[in-house]
Amino acid sequence: MMQFRLEKRPEPSRTVLYAAPLVAVILTMIFGAIIFSVIGYDGVGAVREIFLTPLTNSFKWQDLAIKAAPLIIIGVGLSIAYRANVWNIGAEGQYIMGGLAATWVALATHGMGGAWILPAMMAAGILGGAAYAAIPAFFKTRLNVNEILTSLMLTYASVQLIYYLVRAPWKDPMGMGFPQTRRFAAEALLPNIVPGTIVHAGVPIAIVVALIAWFVMSRSVFGYQMKVVGAAPHAARYGGFSENRTIWLALLVSGALAGFAGALEVSGPFQRMVPGFPTNYGFTAIIVAFLGRLNPLGVIFAGFIMAITFVGGDLAQTTIGLPSAASGIFQSMMLFFLLAGDILVRYRLKRVAPQEARA
Amino acid sequence: MTPELVVAIIVTVVGASTPILIAALGELVVEKSGVLNLGVEGMMLVGAITAFVVAFTTGNHYLAILLAAAAGVATSLIFGFLTLSLSANQTATGLALTIFGTGFSALAGQGYSARPVTLLGPLFPAELAAHPVWRVLFGYSALVYFSLVLVVAVWWFLKKTRAGLILRAVGENDLSAHSIGYSVVGVRYAAVAFGGAMAGIAGACFPLLLTPQWAERMTAGRGWIAVALVVFASWRPFRLLAGAYLFGLVMTMELYAKAGGGPLSAIPAELWAAMPYIATIVVLVLISIRRDASTNAPACLGKPFLPSS
Repeated sequence: MMQFRLEKRPEPSRTVLYAAPLVAVILTMIFGAIIFSVIGYDGVGAVREIFLTPLTNSFKWQDLAIKAAPLIIIGVGLSIAYRANVWNIGAEGQYIMGGLAATWVALATHGMGGAWILPAMMAAGILGGAAYAAIPAFFKTRLNVNEILTSLMLTYASVQLIYYLVRAPWKDPMGMGFPQTRRFAAEALLPNIVPGTIVHAGVPIAIVVALIAWFVMSRSVFGYQMKVVGAAPHAARYGGFSENRTIWLALLVSGALAGFAGALEVSGPFQRMVPGFPTNYGFTAIIVAFLGRLNPLGVIFAGFIMAITFVGGDLAQTTIGLPSAASGIFQSMMLFFLLAGDILVRYRLKRVAPQEARA
Repeated sequence: MTPELVVAIIVTVVGASTPILIAALGELVVEKSGVLNLGVEGMMLVGAITAFVVAFTTGNHYLAILLAAAAGVATSLIFGFLTLSLSANQTATGLALTIFGTGFSALAGQGYSARPVTLLGPLFPAELAAHPVWRVLFGYSALVYFSLVLVVAVWWFLKKTRAGLILRAVGENDLSAHSIGYSVVGVRYAAVAFGGAMAGIAGACFPLLLTPQWAERMTAGRGWIAVALVVFASWRPFRLLAGAYLFGLVMTMELYAKAGGGPLSAIPAELWAAMPYIATIVVLVLISIRRDASTNAPACLGKPFLPSS
């Protein structure tokens, strides 16, 4: 009988590193079809609707673009933080605070008019997200409090803050009792860039953000510092890179980008603050960052792949009655396969003769 | 405050604390073996939906708890296989497990929302369990007594048994434990499975002990609070007991505030709902100010075991 053994590669394999996300997507489609067939759905149909229809149906391309935009912007920030081994998993909360900060500007300037309002909202969103991420950064650098737990707890708290604001102080008096703010004035709305579609300015912005981040990460001292501190903290200390400064930068940058995404979402698709504003983009972007191999260019592709599962998940809900929760299962399966495949980056399978294997 | 009200408050606090306590005790054992499983919330949700479906279809609460534990073990083994057999990143895998558990439970729970089950009744006969004063000791279901026995059992196992010593050795220095012939991966698999079983039972507490129904994401971050409590308790079971009851008290105040109870309702309901999460941050900060909290952390926590390198 043929047997296999894991053997350490002298160098991590770049081929496997970049092929693994593709293999993970394909395995997810195969296993997804099997699993959903076993539990009594049309498995092949589910995979077709979730992964292929959003690509073949050109009416769905605009949905893909506006779903991918926030995922890419947040995913880029997280990929920078994770490179530095800083585990910001509260991007959802920073996204919410960015959206709330932009909403505050929009409501305070309502009726003023002027082209400066939208940029001011974006700046407020960026600051709001960065400020919220500064809390875990402060506690991590000062007191070594685990940033995973603080950033996540702050996410739960920020959801309650939305509920409070739209229920009481920011509630639209003309809203017939609905807990939501008034619709933003025209000056506070993100312009559409493709006439006749829902594609807003956030889509090209997302691509530009990713390109800038790629350039900064691969060409600048900042990018080098992030990567060295993450990969080899001891060497980084000898090289004079401060670990605390890296933690601050990682959290502020990822928080600022998540807040920016929140400001774009509230001024774009939402047009007002509602209790349903938290849409899990901040959590899904964690998968996006990993699927993109913590590389801003990879994050662009991963953002679109994840957007496909969102749009496809909605399609499958209407066409074949697949529950909306199914896309979460597909997304986590993708991450499982990716993480499992990572062992082949560092190790290779080696065939061994049976007697050797026994010895 | 009348004695009856004090008793009522204590009974509510104990109920709210129990799932956090059970899940945190499981995670404590996992972390003592050197593994950080951030998938507690996901495993709890899988346990909650399993318990609900079994209780709904069979009406047998103890079978529901047993199968919830089994479902928790099965879910934890996904994490175990990826991180222990394939040495995948524990943080990322744990997060993926939570996303998976959230999606799986929502899928499995389709069509079960708004359907009632009955809560698990008190363990002791009604003369004691329904007594206005004595129910403070005897008015609880088996899950509550189980959680208290578990505190002592985990403490005794880790401190007094040979198996507990081996588990701690694996968590403190995996290479030494390996070189004297212990199976590091085997011990960690066992610990991860135990953590999964406890998370499953903790999840079962939600439909069987707290609210007799199924709702998506009904654990509402309690699994994450359990992870935080292990740090808060410096990996000590009895401190975990105190921490869990402190959180139960905060959550109970939220319930009383929502019910419109006097001075508590002066604070907005949303702030009460955010309180357990804010309190988690506050206790993590306080424990870190007092002394370096990480000194008692298992030395190998979160690091993959790579004997050949």
